[in-house]
Amino acid sequence: MSTMSYAARDSATMLRRSLLHTVRYPVTIIVSLAVPALLLLLFVGVFGGALGAGAVPPGGKYIDYVLPGILLMSVGYGASSTTLAVNRDMTEGIIGRFRTMAISRSSVLTGHVVAALIRTLASAAILVGVALLMGYRSHADAASWLAAAGLVALLTFALSWLAVAIGLAAPNAEGTSGFTLIVQLLPFVSSAFVPTGTMNGAVRWFAHNQPFTPVIDSLRGLLTGTPIGHSGVIAIAWCVALTVLGFLWAGSQFRRAGGGAAR
Amino acid sequence: MNPAAASPAISVSGLRKSFGEKVVLDGVDLDVAAGTVFCLLGPNGAGKTTTVQILSTSLRADAGAVSVIGHDPLREPDAVRAVIGVTGQFSAVDGLMTGRENLLLMADLNHLPRTEGRRRATELLTEFDLLDAADRRAATYSGGMRRRLDLAMTLVGEPSVIFLDEPTTGLDPRSRRTMWQIVRGLTGRGVTIFLTTQYLDEADELADRIAVLDRGRIVATGTAAELKRRVPGGHIRLQFADETQLTAAANLLEGATPAGDLALNVPGDDGVSALQAMLARLSEAGVRVETLSVHTPDLDDVFFALTGHPTADAENQTTENESANESAQKESVR
Repeated sequence: MSTMSYAARDSATMLRRSLLHTVRYPVTIIVSLAVPALLLLLFVGVFGGALGAGAVPPGGKYIDYVLPGILLMSVGYGASSTTLAVNRDMTEGIIGRFRTMAISRSSVLTGHVVAALIRTLASAAILVGVALLMGYRSHADAASWLAAAGLVALLTFALSWLAVAIGLAAPNAEGTSGFTLIVQLLPFVSSAFVPTGTMNGAVRWFAHNQPFTPVIDSLRGLLTGTPIGHSGVIAIAWCVALTVLGFLWAGSQFRRAGGGAAR
Repeated sequence: MNPAAASPAISVSGLRKSFGEKVVLDGVDLDVAAGTVFCLLGPNGAGKTTTVQILSTSLRADAGAVSVIGHDPLREPDAVRAVIGVTGQFSAVDGLMTGRENLLLMADLNHLPRTEGRRRATELLTEFDLLDAADRRAATYSGGMRRRLDLAMTLVGEPSVIFLDEPTTGLDPRSRRTMWQIVRGLTGRGVTIFLTTQYLDEADELADRIAVLDRGRIVATGTAAELKRRVPGGHIRLQFADETQLTAAANLLEGATPAGDLALNVPGDDGVSALQAMLARLSEAGVRVETLSVHTPDLDDVFFALTGHPTADAENQTTENESANESAQKESVR
């Protein structure tokens, strides 16, 4: 077999392993589904009336406004569980074992990233289903839905590589909590729940310029037809930049890592 | 054609490695003959794990020449990885997967055909006495079981060189014995074993050749017997109930030296008759001995003689858990 097909076979083996972990330890996927679903209920049912007044044009529904932000929250939770999974592999020493085996080097990390993509896209699809049950309606065509799914996948890909890098770099599970906190808080300081224009001063500047806002605005545009403007390009640029950063960082961490028995 | 018989399985010369200012390996030279058990013996921090990591391609050396079955871990890492198996100090098993799944994962990563992989997994589970627990998650295994699974995983790829980095650290005495039996069983297959340990009895028990590593340097090499010959003979330790008995005995026995709290060390361990004679003299003089123990020179003494300081293991014996090597090499008579 050629090197390429070995790499593909090893990656498939690692992917199977990661998906088996998800099934064996379902609490991560439950959290990444349940928390956004609960927030969807909370924001639509409790805050929606008040927040909606400023966020949506007359006649519009707040749930239509808020769904993209909720989808990004599930991407954030997905990335948190990826970080933890990679960190567990690292601290358990199994990455140390993989590093001494004649396997494709990239497969160890690729398996985690592809598993994260599958997990997160599945969570997002379920969340859209929940939203539809709660009265979410979109007039978007199939192409727009596909583009929205593609954008969610792109962001997941970017955050997953970052998650892998941080999982490798952190000495223990506590060490990953900073990343977890950031990806879980970023949606709140973005256009997810209220338009950035309603925020004040520095917060507005941050909300306007952080990576989640253009992604949310693009998703909203694709699904509900609001203007996208430059957001699409900026969103893709952010995703590509974060992917490159995460990928290079993860690669250097993986080469440096001494495995569980570093002395 | 068997090149392994002619050349050593592992050969290392002038190996150096530092982490920042800290010199961990300071010019290590060693050769391991194919099909033998080689033991790198040393206290914590001597550089054992670092050596294993360099030989097994997971760490880059600063200087020195290394060859594992004719391949340089730095230039041809995949060639080395294809022939080695590594069982580290901490069991590297996947806790969320069952024992069998862990072995099947290794079979897949070794690119074995599916049926071959299943057969191999069952074979190893049987051999390592894990068949009953095969379909339980590895996280539920005891320390000894995890270590056995770890070693079984290493063997899936049928490596010709196996690195065992402190394979029994943290195990209870019974699990240690089991691991020893397993390691001895491996030598029958013609594999080369590179073992590291801080337990002197373990090296004594398993190794064909021992190299003593201290502060990044090899201070001695040889068989266990050769190393023991390098230190003076053993001693008999006598324990007394009070000062009067101690003083009486000290005056009676030549060469006796005080050994702490109401105890004396008497040189010599040569046989039952000398011991009987000594006890008879004490008994005639009316000296009552509380307990007696015979110390044959063990590797601890060797270590002390070679390096001028005891092993970390020996230093900690009073504070840490009672170490197994101590009780194994000391025959107590009451």
